[in-house]
Order: sequence, then C-alpha cells, then structure tokens
Amino acid sequence: MDISIIQSVWTVVVMVLFVGIVIWAWSGKRSKQFDEAANLPFDEEDALIAAKTISKESTHG
Amino acid sequence: MNDQQTYNYTVVRQFAIMTIVWGIVGMSVGVLIAAQLAWPVLNFDIPWLSFGRLRPLHTNAVIFAFGGSALFATSYYVVQRTCHVRLISDKLAAFTFWGWQLIILSAAITLPLGITSSKEYAELEWPIDILIAVVWVSYAIVFFGTIVKRRVPHIYVANWFYGAFIITIAILHIINSAAVPVTLFKSYSAYAGVQDAMVQWWYGHNAVGFFLTAGFLGMMYYFVPKQAGRPVYSYRLSVVHFWALIFTYIWAGPHHLHYTALPDWTQSLGMVMSLILLAPSWGGMINGIMTLSGAWEKLRTDPVLRLLIVSISFYGMSTFEGPMMSIKTVNALSHYTDWTIGHVHSGALGWVALVSMGSLYYLIPRLFNRELYSLKLVEVHFWTATIGIVLYIASMWVAGIMQGLMWRASNPDGTLTYSFVESVQAMHPYYIVRFLGGAIFLFGALVMAWNIWKTIAGAKPAVGTIPAPAAAH
Repeated sequence: MDISIIQSVWTVVVMVLFVGIVIWAWSGKRSKQFDEAANLPFDEEDALIAAKTISKESTHG
Repeated sequence: MNDQQTYNYTVVRQFAIMTIVWGIVGMSVGVLIAAQLAWPVLNFDIPWLSFGRLRPLHTNAVIFAFGGSALFATSYYVVQRTCHVRLISDKLAAFTFWGWQLIILSAAITLPLGITSSKEYAELEWPIDILIAVVWVSYAIVFFGTIVKRRVPHIYVANWFYGAFIITIAILHIINSAAVPVTLFKSYSAYAGVQDAMVQWWYGHNAVGFFLTAGFLGMMYYFVPKQAGRPVYSYRLSVVHFWALIFTYIWAGPHHLHYTALPDWTQSLGMVMSLILLAPSWGGMINGIMTLSGAWEKLRTDPVLRLLIVSISFYGMSTFEGPMMSIKTVNALSHYTDWTIGHVHSGALGWVALVSMGSLYYLIPRLFNRELYSLKLVEVHFWTATIGIVLYIASMWVAGIMQGLMWRASNPDGTLTYSFVESVQAMHPYYIVRFLGGAIFLFGALVMAWNIWKTIAGAKPAVGTIPAPAAAH
C-alpha cells in the first residue's frame, strides 16, 4: 500500500476519534458524573482551615 | 491512629522539601553558566567547571531533580486526596524517594566528570539509566496501584494527566536509552544515524510534552481549583484537552530536525502536528485561567493564586511561540540560536517553575499544619520571578533573532557578511542581561526557601485523615 493512503486513512481515523470524544464529553448523560468528578478535590476537610481556627483561638482567646 | 485511616504525607513532605533544595542547586548552576557565557574566564580553566559539562548538570538538575521532585510530591498528594485512600505501599513510595535522590547524586557526580552518553536531556550513562527505569516502574506501581484501590467512583482529571506523564516517560526513557555498554561508564546508542536522531527527538520533545507539560497540567488541575476555592471551569473541556494533547504531542518531535537528513515528509508532519498542538494547549490554558471566572478579585489579594495564574499565562505564551517556531521558514531563522533558549526558559521558568512554586505554597502549609510565614515574601517572590523571566526571555529574543540574521547575511558575491565570532561578540550585552534575569529569578527562589524554612521550622508534621467511606456517595 502507498504511504500516502496510510497517512490519509490515519488522518480520517484520528479525526473521527476526536469528534467522537467531543460528542462523548458533551453528551447530556455525562453532565452529572463530570460535576461529581470536578468537585472531588473539595470532597474533603481542609486541614489548614481547621488549624487556622485553632491558632486564632489560642492567640486571641 | 491506624495507618489506613491517614494519608502518607511523609513521602510528599520529603519530595516537597527536596524540590526547593534541588531548585536552588539547579538554578544556581544555571546562573553560573550564564555568567560563563558572558565572562568566559569564570570557567577558571578547570575541566569540570567548563560550560560543556555544567550545562547538562543544569538541565538535569532543574528538569529531573527540581521538576521531578515537584511532580513526585504533588502527584502522591493529589492521587491520595482525590482517591480517598493511602498510597498502596509506603515502602515502595520510600524507595522511589531514595532511588530518585541517588539518581540525582549520580548525575551530579558523573556529569562534571564528563561521563555522558551525549544525548540531550538523556546524558546519563547506562547504569544510571537502569536505575531510573527501576525507580520509574516503582513510581507507576505506587501511583496506579493507589488509583486501583480508590474509594471514589471517579478518577479526577489531574490523575489522568499524572498517569499519562508516568506511562509515557517510562516508554520514552526505556526506548531512547537503549544502548550497547562498552565499559561501566561508556555506551553507544542502539540506533544509528538519522534513526538515532529521530528517536532522540521523539524522546526529547515528549520529555517536554509529558514531563514538563502533562505532569504540570496535573498540578494545574488540582492546585488552581483548590487555591481559587472553585471547581475547574469546564470538566468537559478538560477531558477533550487531555485526549487531544496526548494524541498530538507524540508526533511533534521532528520539528527539532528541520533541514537535516530526516526525510522531508517527516519534517512536515512534525511541523503540522506542532501547529495543531496550539489548540489543545490553549484549550487547557483557557480552562485553567477561566477557573477564576467570577472570582477575579482574588488575584488582588492572593499572591499564591497570582503565581499560579501567571504560570498558566506563560504556558499560553510558550505554547503559542513553540508552534510558530516549528514552522520550517521560521525555524530556518530561529534554530541553533538563543531564541530557542529564550523559548525554553519562558516555558521552564514561567510555566514549570512558577506552577510548581505556587503549588508548594499551597502544599507545604498543609503538610506541616502551619500557615505561610509571610504572604509579603510571596509577593516579593512573585515580582522578582516575573521580572527575572521577562529580562531573560526578552534578551534571548533579541539575541537569537540577531544571531539568525547575522548568520544568514551574505554579500552580493555570495560570501558571508559576518564571521561566526562577530556574532558571538554581538551577543555580549544580551548575555549579561540574561545573567541578570536568571540571578533575579534565583533570588526569588531563595526568598521562597527562606519563607518556607520559617514556615516549617519547629512545626510538627501534619496528619491527613482520610474521609470516612460513608462520605462518598
């Protein structure tokens, strides 16, 4: 097979794959899961904020 | 308290502290060799202080010792906190720390001695290469093992970027380092001629793409939302950003070999893929900066957030400049000149170093349960770093374009207008400005080290408690 045919086929394959990923990412079904995932870093206690309150209490209290 | 109810902060702390130590070492060597270029007498006629040996020491120290430690520290922290689980093995994690430090020490000894494979950014000889491969595979086991036993359903996007960085670097390092050992300290590449050059720059550009980009984007996707106190602007965009970046970066290497013996079609492919790369790079940049949308006023009061946002701006700048420089006609002017050095440093100082330092300002107080000693000093660091970078890259733009123009200038009879040494002489003032820029940037890093030292001196290590599984829905 000619190298340029391989290159053309590959270009089309990658293009289709990319469009597929975009459609997948923007489909309505994903929205809730993505919201959950995006909030993962906040699904925790922030140790420093707790420490801040403690140190304030100890200096002013 | 049971180990399984807390995060492993020990290894994160070790890597975080060593990030600062190696940063100062690597940047100091950089300032020294910048001074040598302006005042060659500074090599004191001592072979192991000569530019040719210290330059790879500088690049290895800032990329792999400083950048590498920052990536280890933040990836171990982020993967635990977003998977709600302790690292899969404390022992293996400790092995990656001590192994990585041993590799750095071996580099610091062998490179000044002139022991080198002479492959750029892969200079270390084969025994050290084997150690790197072993440590890196252990890193992959710790990271992915932790993801496998996560207690939340999703894998947060930062972990996707860290994961891609870890896998790709393993592949790049093992393939590019394939060599035939002759003695304990000498080996020859397994590849010959233009194949060797192509493998080298496939490795070289993806060291930029995956070590210096994907890994640090992992940092961006965790620490920018945390510092801004709001989730990433668009999670959908981050998914598309990830896959587009992964698919495209791997093809960009040939732009390092324009107008060489590399086949023409390969050069053009590298150029086109480099141009396409602008889209995912800017998608990511917009996603990072827009995370602040609706909270811009925080930039006025929070110098840490400002460091992070400026780092993303430099990321946007250098990922615009890079594709432009990969265009063959532009490359004909820019290649082999100091423009390339300027471009690399707008990425390395502006993006990689600033996003790491911003992340450390977030991380270290949480690892030691202490607030930062001084936000004023962060402010000082921010301004010195920014001014240093601007001086550095502006002087290198002027120097590089002047070099390119001088080298190509010819007289009507076809002879060259300038001898090479005339172009070297013309560089002198710009090399002094570059040295000043680098020194100012290093000063900012020293201010940071002082600030961090005052923050953690006498502090007890913090304990990170893992949220109860009931909290996960």
